[in-house]
Amino acid sequence: MKIHRTVRTAFLALRRNPMRAMLTTLGIVIGVAAVIAMMEIGNGSSAAIQKSIASMGANTVLILPGTAASGGVSFGSGSAMTLTPRDYEAILRECPSVSSAAPVVRARTQVVYGNRNWVPNTIYGTTPSFLDVREWTDLAEGEIFTERDVLNANKVCVLGQSLVQQLFQEESPIGKEIRIKNVSFRVIGVLSAKGANMMGSDQDDILLAPWTTIKYRVTGSSLVNTNQSSSSADTSTTVNSLSSLYPGGQQSLYPVGSTIQAADNPMPVRFTNIDLIMTAAVSASEIPAAIQQVSETLRERHRIRSGEPDDFNIRDMTEMTRTLSSTTMLMTNLLLCVALIALLVGGVGIMNIMLVSVTERTREIGLRMAVGARARDILRQFLVESVVLCLVGGGIGILLGHGGSLLVQLFLHWPIQNSPGAIAAAVLVSAGVGIIFGYYPAWRASRLDPIEALRYE
Amino acid sequence: MDLIELKDIYKTYHIGDMDVPVLKGVSLRIARGELAALMGSSGSGKSTLMNILGCLDRPSSGEYWLNQKEVGGFSADARALLRNNTMGFVFQSFNLLPRATALENVSMPLSYAAGHVSDKEARKRASEMLGRVGLRDRMDHEPSQLSGGQQQRVAIARALINRPPVLFADEPTGNLDSRTSDEVLQMFRKLNREDGITIIIVTHDPAVAKHADRIIRITDGVILDESAPGGGD
Repeated sequence: MKIHRTVRTAFLALRRNPMRAMLTTLGIVIGVAAVIAMMEIGNGSSAAIQKSIASMGANTVLILPGTAASGGVSFGSGSAMTLTPRDYEAILRECPSVSSAAPVVRARTQVVYGNRNWVPNTIYGTTPSFLDVREWTDLAEGEIFTERDVLNANKVCVLGQSLVQQLFQEESPIGKEIRIKNVSFRVIGVLSAKGANMMGSDQDDILLAPWTTIKYRVTGSSLVNTNQSSSSADTSTTVNSLSSLYPGGQQSLYPVGSTIQAADNPMPVRFTNIDLIMTAAVSASEIPAAIQQVSETLRERHRIRSGEPDDFNIRDMTEMTRTLSSTTMLMTNLLLCVALIALLVGGVGIMNIMLVSVTERTREIGLRMAVGARARDILRQFLVESVVLCLVGGGIGILLGHGGSLLVQLFLHWPIQNSPGAIAAAVLVSAGVGIIFGYYPAWRASRLDPIEALRYE
Repeated sequence: MDLIELKDIYKTYHIGDMDVPVLKGVSLRIARGELAALMGSSGSGKSTLMNILGCLDRPSSGEYWLNQKEVGGFSADARALLRNNTMGFVFQSFNLLPRATALENVSMPLSYAAGHVSDKEARKRASEMLGRVGLRDRMDHEPSQLSGGQQQRVAIARALINRPPVLFADEPTGNLDSRTSDEVLQMFRKLNREDGITIIIVTHDPAVAKHADRIIRITDGVILDESAPGGGD
């Protein structure tokens, strides 16, 4: 018997009792609809949760320079000057698991506007990609500085909300000039509010500027306060034509040629170190790979032989990543359980009705056998019937579930995410349910004796 | 030449520990083109004989030659194929598929046929058969919209769709009134005369049996006597 004819026979048989077919398949319809809706809404929420956890910096990998020590006195983590801007460029170029990276030069000093002043928690000299790393790309006002500003060491900056509050209160800070260590900066943007981090420190109390500007115009050298040995060197030879109006504490690693030379070229060609490289892994699961790649790249660049210790430290946000992955796992497993139970109930319903149907159509089975149907023809007919029932139910379920999740998005504004995988799975599972739960009734039908079946009342 | 030959057929049913013999050595020949009636009271074994003749059941012992082939030992699948292409069945209670049109009912056995029959071909043959039984204008009617006689004619058309050489009718007029009974019996007569189909009618009604060329009486598992209708003239 050709399969298309079997399918048509199945449709004919189902059409004979449409109400019952509908009620039977309702179990599958509801099951599949629930699965699809849950998957779409669940995936949407899961993606939203992941995104917000990621914006807390879960994917961030920090690279700090190693430890400097002098005469048995260690200066603590990050005190050696081993990281260079070239390292940052190499990481970006050579590590495929790193999606973005930003060099950071830190400073801690007073910021002045008019008659107000404030010492922000963090003053970071960096590049525009810092905002990509921290997933902080939407600004409340204005715009972020550009790569060109970084190359030119332009005196522009972007402020965090808390800093704006402290310095400007009601005023708009855009276009205003503030002074950092007597160097004046133009405010070109205001970051959106991010609130406190997990440790409770205010992330909005921040000032971002091109790292070249902070490095060469503001601090002169990094870690003035920590690295006592180098800060004790010289202050007398400091030349900074840009802030020479006010005697400041700037110092440079190496003496600068002349005032004019320095004025002409604010970025002297010499060894430059940075305090920190911030990188973001492509995803939470790529973090170990990213660490591995960064470590290899830096060891090679710093010419560290195998067996020698690293001259840098790499840190990731293990705690946050673990939360992230366990949240996702929990969500997926929960949905899977619900789906399985719903489909099991639907399948039992199908089996029940197919058994009733076999009993009810005993004479039909007898007749079909009398006119030449073999046992396997009967088996196939009932199997196809239950699979058709399940697939039709699954199809309706997919439409209902998708429609339901669209409604939820429309009226409740929950995020949803289409899930082609779930749809494919729903089709396969409903066909599977049809075969598994339809097999026993179909087998019973095929075992009937034609004489008995024809005589059945 | 004989179409059907039974040689010493025994059939015994096992009910619990008891053996119940139903057929006790039946031998029978039916020639091609005969219209025979199989008569007997209830419990005489005529239904069992009919089931064996129709290859729905297998004899406990004995030989059944159909078309020069010994079919008594055929497997279930082989018998299904045999039923499909060499036999037609007409039942007392019509056994039409409800909620399916006359055309669909008639073409149903074609879907189990060994050779491939296209949908178009199946439709053509089914409507041809319905025309033969005089129901050309009722092709798209469902059984519930047809009278008893019409339903039985649909069943006859279904039995003939595979052009079988032999047709078995089990109490074909049992559910019909005398006028439609007559119609159906005339139909059998016509098919027998015009197409040379061998027809075996099982009945307990002498009025039906007298339409046959030959009456086979069975009592208590053995064939009692054979006679022409009218009582041995």
